[in-house]
Amino acid sequence: MMMLSERRPILLTNARIIDPSRDLDMAGDLLIADGVIRESKRGIGAAGVPEGTEIVDCKGKVVAPGLIDMRAFVGEPGAEYRETFASASQAAAAGGVTTIVCQPDTNPAIDEPAVVDFVMRRARDTAIVHVHPMAALTKGLKGEEMAAIGLLKAAGAVAFTDGAKSVTNAQVMRRALTYARDFDALIAHHTEDPDLTGEGVMNEGEFAARLGLIGAPKAAETIMLERDIRLVGLTGGRYHAASVTCAESLEVVRRAKDAGFAVTAAASINHLTLNEVDVGSYRTFCKLTPPLRAEEDRAALVAAVASGLIDTVMSDHDPQDVETKRLPFAEAAPGAIGIETMLVAGLRLVHGGAIELAALLKAMSTRPAGLLGLPGGTLKPGSPADVIVIDLDAPWVLDPAELKSKCKNTPFDEARLTGRVTRTIVAGRTVYEYV
Amino acid sequence: MNIVPKSSFVLSRRHLLGIDGLTRDEIVGLLDLSEEFVELNRQIEKKRSSLRGRTQINLFFEVSTRTQASFELAGKRLGADVMNMSTGTSSMRKGETLMDTAITLNAMHPDIIIVRHHASGAVELLARKVDCSVINAGDGAHEHPTQALLDALTIRRNKGRLEGLTVTICGDILHSRVARSNIILLNTMGARVRVVAPSTLLPPGIERLGVEVFRDMREGLRGADIVMMLRLQRERMNGSFVPSLQEYAAYFGLDAKKLAYAKPDALVMHPGPMNRGVEIDSAVADGAQSLVRQQVEMGVAVRMAVLEALSRNLPNA
Repeated sequence: MMMLSERRPILLTNARIIDPSRDLDMAGDLLIADGVIRESKRGIGAAGVPEGTEIVDCKGKVVAPGLIDMRAFVGEPGAEYRETFASASQAAAAGGVTTIVCQPDTNPAIDEPAVVDFVMRRARDTAIVHVHPMAALTKGLKGEEMAAIGLLKAAGAVAFTDGAKSVTNAQVMRRALTYARDFDALIAHHTEDPDLTGEGVMNEGEFAARLGLIGAPKAAETIMLERDIRLVGLTGGRYHAASVTCAESLEVVRRAKDAGFAVTAAASINHLTLNEVDVGSYRTFCKLTPPLRAEEDRAALVAAVASGLIDTVMSDHDPQDVETKRLPFAEAAPGAIGIETMLVAGLRLVHGGAIELAALLKAMSTRPAGLLGLPGGTLKPGSPADVIVIDLDAPWVLDPAELKSKCKNTPFDEARLTGRVTRTIVAGRTVYEYV
Repeated sequence: MNIVPKSSFVLSRRHLLGIDGLTRDEIVGLLDLSEEFVELNRQIEKKRSSLRGRTQINLFFEVSTRTQASFELAGKRLGADVMNMSTGTSSMRKGETLMDTAITLNAMHPDIIIVRHHASGAVELLARKVDCSVINAGDGAHEHPTQALLDALTIRRNKGRLEGLTVTICGDILHSRVARSNIILLNTMGARVRVVAPSTLLPPGIERLGVEVFRDMREGLRGADIVMMLRLQRERMNGSFVPSLQEYAAYFGLDAKKLAYAKPDALVMHPGPMNRGVEIDSAVADGAQSLVRQQVEMGVAVRMAVLEALSRNLPNA
């Protein structure tokens, strides 16, 4: 790793410790040494810590497990001008994300063990947070032939996905689910039927009609999800809906879970905090896939995260530069950056009373760790010291120029935000500090 | 000779990007000013000098005959220097982006740029990058404000009013900027607006724009004062949106038989160019109830009014 501070023990005192893995929310101190969490309790005190320990007075700020972002597009390899592991990890650290799960839509795609290996080495050498790749579900992300799920998993892939593409061939999907089950591999699928979406560029309905833009119907998502759930019923594979965006899809997820299937679902921070009206007068930073939906859908998604029906919240970080965004809406590339703002955007929901902080943190740390089999997402003694400190009440205005990502396509430009990450610790080292 | 216009109406905006956002008073102001230009255009001496010294660029990323010619004539009659740029000649062909074209043209200090583009929102995007006034001459399926104004002027001159009239718009509503601008303008002016189309050519949510939706043309025409036909692009007739040209003409083409469902004094409009025998029968297009040729005449007057009213708001005007 680069730019390392010396790995001294760290004592975080006067903290509000929230550990969603143990349903813990208490005032206390947390001691970190040798890259692991030693203990967390009330009144550890300066006397009981090793010599040379850095003592940080948190003054009542929240201490929580570092976030695990299950869906971030990084441009490496092939689109380094958009984002590198170095820049993505700087953005992640500033946003409290200690683990990035990068997506395989790269050039070449992450569909060979050698590419997994490249990604992991490259990340190890240049990133300041942990990086784990998802590998391609099908070769070349073409949706035709299954990738080498066993070997890719052995090389370090934490799940399998065709990224922002949907596998339209039901037979291919069925076989992949069947085969993946033998390796206990998780399949994450973007559900958006490309034929039904057609030329649609924003949510179908009144606002698309007003703007003269072709709408993409919600059914394009729900139909594909419904198909997948039937295939999961047939095969028994582990399945993760990579980005659900509407109330109808939530119903499908609920039925799958009620049936006892190994099905989980994610929502992007964008779909939890923005709706179709934010497209306003053709704001291309709000052009996403699936598109931003109606306010009722957004509210339903938030309630689903609060209730646990939605398991994980991810950034859907997708850096796009001016060449792909400063175009007429229909011609602009979809996607928004978000790894640095995922938590603070989520805090809007917490401050608005729509969701408990612990539930939000759980969906951003403990749940993703469990799904991907990663050791983070907890503050249990003996766990890796991936820890963040959050000032819940700091007011600030987001200036895109200050974002660490190489691209500035944030839908939150100049947004007023409350709360920010003040310290990010990865494997016991402070990699980010806001002073 | 340079007669000072009676109307001193000023459009207190920098751009005309759409009908959406215009007030009733602004629309009336533009229509009243247009009336003066209708008279002027019928005289031998058609020239004014109110835009003298001004540079007008017609930037057309989509082919157009009547709109471009109409804007060109309007600008020239007001004394502006008019330059035409279209896709065939511009460097858009060489891959230059819309924004680069905007920045390049802006550096030449034009006073007014008229833009047509195939993408919704493109004109607004361009307007944000230039220092001069921008007039939307049609952006994608979004707006075509001068068409709606010329349609309103045509209706008002023939019916004496807009308020309370029933206007039926028929055809490809989904892809039509003319329909959107007209729906907004007519609603603002207190007309009742209906749309008639096969459901595949209606954008979901259209009823929220203040229109009554009909799938049966005869029902939609019943009691209508004005019938506005829209052009159906040929590539949309081959099974993608409607099964065939013949089927479309049978159900949604305006012929004398269907027109009989409208009021006896109903008038027929079409923004052109017409697909004769598809959305409109020649007998109707050229018949006594047709306003199609008048619309073209009004087009020049309305564009002169828009140029004049916007230019009165330009710096150093």
